[in-house]
Amino acid sequence: MRYMLLIYSEEAQPDAASGDPPEIPPAWLEYTEWLLKEGYHSAGEQLAGSSSATTVRVRDGNRLVTDGPYTETKEVLGGYYIVDCDNLDEALEAAARCPGALYGSIEVRPIVGMAMPG
Amino acid sequence: MTEPDPAPERPASQPRAQRPMPQPPAQRPMPRQPAQRPASQPGPPRPSAETNEAVERAYRDAYGSVLATLIRFLGGDFDAAEEALADVFATALETWPRDGIPASPAAWLTTAARNRALDAIRRDRRQADKLAALQQELTVTEVASMQLGTEGGLEDDRLRLIFTCCHPALPLDARVALTLRTLGGLTTPEIARAFLVPEATLAQRLVRAKRKIRQARIPYRVPRAEELPERLDSVLATLYLVFNEGYLASAGATAVRHELCTEAIRLAAIVADLLPDRPETHGLLALLLLQDSRREARVGADGSIALLEEQDRSRWDRAEIARGLAALDRGFAAAARLSHASVGRYLLQASIAAEHARTLDGRSTDWRAIATLYEALARIDPSPIVELNRAVAIAQADGPAAGLGLLDGLAARGQLDGYHLLPAARADLLRRLGRLPEAAAEYQRALALSDNDAERRFLQRRLAETRS
Repeated sequence: MRYMLLIYSEEAQPDAASGDPPEIPPAWLEYTEWLLKEGYHSAGEQLAGSSSATTVRVRDGNRLVTDGPYTETKEVLGGYYIVDCDNLDEALEAAARCPGALYGSIEVRPIVGMAMPG
Repeated sequence: MTEPDPAPERPASQPRAQRPMPQPPAQRPMPRQPAQRPASQPGPPRPSAETNEAVERAYRDAYGSVLATLIRFLGGDFDAAEEALADVFATALETWPRDGIPASPAAWLTTAARNRALDAIRRDRRQADKLAALQQELTVTEVASMQLGTEGGLEDDRLRLIFTCCHPALPLDARVALTLRTLGGLTTPEIARAFLVPEATLAQRLVRAKRKIRQARIPYRVPRAEELPERLDSVLATLYLVFNEGYLASAGATAVRHELCTEAIRLAAIVADLLPDRPETHGLLALLLLQDSRREARVGADGSIALLEEQDRSRWDRAEIARGLAALDRGFAAAARLSHASVGRYLLQASIAAEHARTLDGRSTDWRAIATLYEALARIDPSPIVELNRAVAIAQADGPAAGLGLLDGLAARGQLDGYHLLPAARADLLRRLGRLPEAAAEYQRALALSDNDAERRFLQRRLAETRS
């Protein structure tokens, strides 16, 4: 069963000059290695800062494009992992080891399998 | 999106002891007649008082554990398990009068319900894969774990069910409902009545909880040792909430609500039996028994809450106190075998209740010991309510002025703003210090904040006293 670990936290300040997010601390690489070793790792990516986000809605056929993330909360989605675990307890254990859990929060959501076209 | 709750339930509109028996649905075919029937028994067998009682007893004693085994057998399918079990209870009403009461009703029910569930799966072709998987598993595990004489297997299943129902991934109100529904065998209408929520709300709560168990794949297993402290906390908190809901309630059908207390005590005893080396399981059981022992004396004839010091202690249930003190001893014995840190909030709260239970006259209460226990409790659970109780104990040990100082500090920190028991406690100490106008003002503040009828009657009585 696949679960998505959605990593929410207050954003680290991007580098003032380049606008790039700060470098990934080694704890994240160790965590990814652990997921791979346990056979949990299915995918995972860091997202660029929320200031780079653009939100699209289509209402009555009209496309509405707005700046920024959908919600105005302090904690923003900063990245995700997809893990392949036997059950929720395993997924929760994987989430608890995520470095982001120490300062942000990890939302654990089961992934509903979707039939792919073709 | 809504789903109906597909699990049929035994009908019930009365307290548990005199609840009507589940009736077989009208469309159910009559049981096969035995080839030869004694001439003295013409017609289909009729449920006798004896067999009715046996089915009722089996329901009371075995519902939770049989359901727990079925859920495991069905790979975590709560609904199919509940449906099959409700069916076989109806069947038992038909066949036990004819065939006699089985030597082990729990084993009979488990086997019959398992077969019923397998039949249901066979009928449903869409579930052919599931059947294949189950049969595969059957050949591997059936002999070992479905053998019904093996108590160990059944107990493990009950633990699995408790831990799944009380999984922290479920909201607390769903944990409560699911625990009472599956382990306790209470019906949805019964639980709804006890919690004063509409039946539809409660049914939705159960449907959502079972859906989350399925969708998020909450495993049907006993947590590993390293997970146990966190997971056991969740189980104990759920049972304590069930108890308090029944105990603190003053409004509504009190008999129905007291059933919650009885059920919480029964389930806490099961948990303590199943996990005897965890001190807090005994701590919770002791706490519930000691609190429940005062139930009769707690509410006055006019429906107002009688404070501990005003209670007629001859009405305390001595048998329950004895059971509570025994559980407390078992808890401290278990804690002594583990580390000093294993004395938790339930053992401490039970110890406080025990200090009261041990003194029949109330005058020899060791308030010094109680204040010390509250201090220990505050280190584990640093809540302003614990501080409030410690202040009250110190007022008893060292006089109202000492307690009032602590309460003033609490009031100044503002953490208990809006909580009626703070002005109520201050009012009591001011009254004892003879500062009656200040006491009256505090009683009025408490009255404005309380929405519990029994408590309001008490406060009004005290307010009248300060003015007379």
